[in-house]
Amino acid sequence: MAREKELTMTTILPRKDVVIVGLGWTGSILAHELTDQGLDVLAIERGPWRDTATDFNIGYAQDELRYSVRRDLFLQPAVETLTMRNDPSQTALPMRDFGSFLPGNGVGGAGVHWNGHTWRFWDSDFQIKTNLTKRYGAARIADLQVEDWGVTGAEMEPYYDQFEYLAGISGKAGNIKGKLQDGGNPFEDPRARDYPNPPMEMTYAPTLFANVGRSMGLHPFPTPSANMSRTYVNPLGITMGQCTYCGFCERFGCANYSKSSAQTTILPVLMKKANFEVRTDSEVLHVDLAAGGKSARGVTYVDTSGQEFFQPADLVLLCAYGLHNARLMMLSGIGKIYDPVTGEGTVGRNYCYQTNAGAQVFFDDKNFNPFIAAGALGQTIDDFNGDAFDHSGLDFVGGAGINCIPTNGRPIGTRPTLPGTPKWGSAWKKATVAGYKSTLGFSSQGSSYATRTNYLDLDPTYKDRFGRPLMRMTFDFPDNDIRMSNYLCDRMEEIAKASGGKQYNVARRKKGWDSVPYQSTHNTGGAIMGTDPKRSAVNSFLQSWDVPNVFVIGASAFPQNAGKNPTGTVGALAFRAADAIRTQYLRNPGAPLVQA
Amino acid sequence: MDRHNTVRLSRRLFLSSVAMFTMTATSASFARSLSGSLPWVPLSSDPPTQVVPGGWQFFTPQEAALVEAIVDRIIPADDLSMGGKEAGCAVYIDRQLMGAFGTSSRLYTKGPFLPGLPTQGYQGEANPAQRYRAGLAAIDAFLKQRDGKTFAELQPADQDAFLTAMEAGKVELPNGVKAAGFFGLLLQNTMEGFFADPVYGGNKDMVSWRMLGFPGARYDYRDHVSKHNQAYPRPPVSIEGSPEWLVKRS
Repeated sequence: MAREKELTMTTILPRKDVVIVGLGWTGSILAHELTDQGLDVLAIERGPWRDTATDFNIGYAQDELRYSVRRDLFLQPAVETLTMRNDPSQTALPMRDFGSFLPGNGVGGAGVHWNGHTWRFWDSDFQIKTNLTKRYGAARIADLQVEDWGVTGAEMEPYYDQFEYLAGISGKAGNIKGKLQDGGNPFEDPRARDYPNPPMEMTYAPTLFANVGRSMGLHPFPTPSANMSRTYVNPLGITMGQCTYCGFCERFGCANYSKSSAQTTILPVLMKKANFEVRTDSEVLHVDLAAGGKSARGVTYVDTSGQEFFQPADLVLLCAYGLHNARLMMLSGIGKIYDPVTGEGTVGRNYCYQTNAGAQVFFDDKNFNPFIAAGALGQTIDDFNGDAFDHSGLDFVGGAGINCIPTNGRPIGTRPTLPGTPKWGSAWKKATVAGYKSTLGFSSQGSSYATRTNYLDLDPTYKDRFGRPLMRMTFDFPDNDIRMSNYLCDRMEEIAKASGGKQYNVARRKKGWDSVPYQSTHNTGGAIMGTDPKRSAVNSFLQSWDVPNVFVIGASAFPQNAGKNPTGTVGALAFRAADAIRTQYLRNPGAPLVQA
Repeated sequence: MDRHNTVRLSRRLFLSSVAMFTMTATSASFARSLSGSLPWVPLSSDPPTQVVPGGWQFFTPQEAALVEAIVDRIIPADDLSMGGKEAGCAVYIDRQLMGAFGTSSRLYTKGPFLPGLPTQGYQGEANPAQRYRAGLAAIDAFLKQRDGKTFAELQPADQDAFLTAMEAGKVELPNGVKAAGFFGLLLQNTMEGFFADPVYGGNKDMVSWRMLGFPGARYDYRDHVSKHNQAYPRPPVSIEGSPEWLVKRS
């Protein structure tokens, strides 16, 4: 059908060296790097142009209903959604509204409305299968489908550094070239130098949490934050302003140039380049492959009037949200779609998420001023994250960061009350007033490890507005991850008890992933990186094994997810892919960088 | 390539000029090509429009009386705050039902519509506007049949008992209306109206924000970050401004 349309009504445009699908974090990084290389780069973005003064205006950005509840800046399900089910025996139904996760839309992507927690994964995360097998034996991970990434922590270090300096991360190093640093994370891998900015000023809740943690012999440290602790000029010469702790971060654009995003760190430079162009409000329908399916000719996209265009390009970079990268591959015939029965196929394989749980401590005599906050302002305890602790006597692998990062006091969504409080009436109101300022909250952000039956493919029934199949998500929390989360909840309960409140509550993670309440927009996998083309969709430079002039950049490349936010690793992988394209691929365009 | 020329008009001017030719434009933005500079057009921001109380846009007078009585039990007047009716929660819901929320225009509304698992979320075909119309009529019919009265005519204790039964799904409302589901929608929207910025018609005089001590749309707390465990001294502000700036409401 697409071919017939092409003959009759598709306008063919002049070719470009590079076409990028999606202008968020990864698209902007790749566009900047490849235009510096002298290439003619076009980005095609499904959503609108967005910039600080016009779209995150300081006169009305602090609007919880509009941006957090009605989600003005997010992808609307009418444009694209997914179907979901918990296991392959069920019939998947469309997520008619997004809930558990909220994909972004428009220039800047989800980087516009993230909180800004910016982590490095560890070498033990990248070489997970090798490490866990060596340390605990192959039987321990027999129920899982964990895979090595094909990179080491040391190989990733310079690219993490590049992203952290681009984005002006505020934090405290825990390990510089092997030397442990007081006040930082003692469990992190060695880094070449400290963060570009010092930690943010701490509010009361994380200060109290850190004191309790330290008194228990744990190692709290300031969460690495993409909210500026001071005015910062990044390596591109772009200035950001000091964060004002307004508490409108996640789900909001920053009106104050204080949160790193493509808008505040790259676009002011990128947009001035004559060899860069972005076409907004234009949705790529698929990548067009040459006869034989071994190379891409360009992409077909449609604009808001419904007019279809063919954009030829030598190099195609999929830089959409990870889930949308995987779907575009499926719709374009790049690689084979994963089949959980045979285990064959790579696209859609190893979809993972995040295994979170939460704790609350209620006080009578404390005022935390919850509205004085920033998206990534807080303290983290990594003593039980990843493989930082010995799992020998335990019945699971993986772990979680324990985070006290009170991001806001916005009252439609943030009204902690004692367990058992009615949801309305005078008793509700009294409890709401009592709990608003005096509740300490923290949470465990847990790893999510792949299994055979957690995967993505195309839905047989439900279609998008162009008649293309929606992607189908089949997911539930693996038993391993539930056991991990329960162990972390026991640790949180110990912290909660030691905090000295009048009462505490730990909300444990249960089987039966629910797509309705918000949990995390850390959807990973579906086009994973690796060293074996039978078990991964892209090589360690994020180049498609099947169509080598296509690179697929994003959290889609994660073989499984760690107990950390993904953006730091996504940014580092983007810089690594850009480096590989500049220094290796362009010498011999179209050739695989790694021999299968 | 002409169609890719940068739109140089402001989005609003452009939209209004398009609207003169066609009423079918549903998208707020149009394809643009941008290169060579950061695009900038004056007056291209998009602030919210202030809801002006007075009259009903979605509800009939009977429906409005019922919703006002319900929001006044969900958020009763007491020594902590005025009630939901006086705070404008019904006005808020009325205006929301006239917009994108009421028609689910942003959501995925293609069939087939099948009963789902709880983990799959709302799978009904009806949008919120339709659910309010059917749900309010069902409450009215049920109570007239059972008590010979409207909800507003019941004693507060009886109103609370009825809402409690709805919340628990222990009321069989007519026409297939699911009591617990509809109560959940009412509760969600009432809370939104009570706690949202007053620009949307509820939270009159920032009553809920004063009650909680939430300073509202303030943007700079740097002078108070390190003042741990100390009350924040300033009153709330709304997107509309502080009280003395408010337009006079009729």
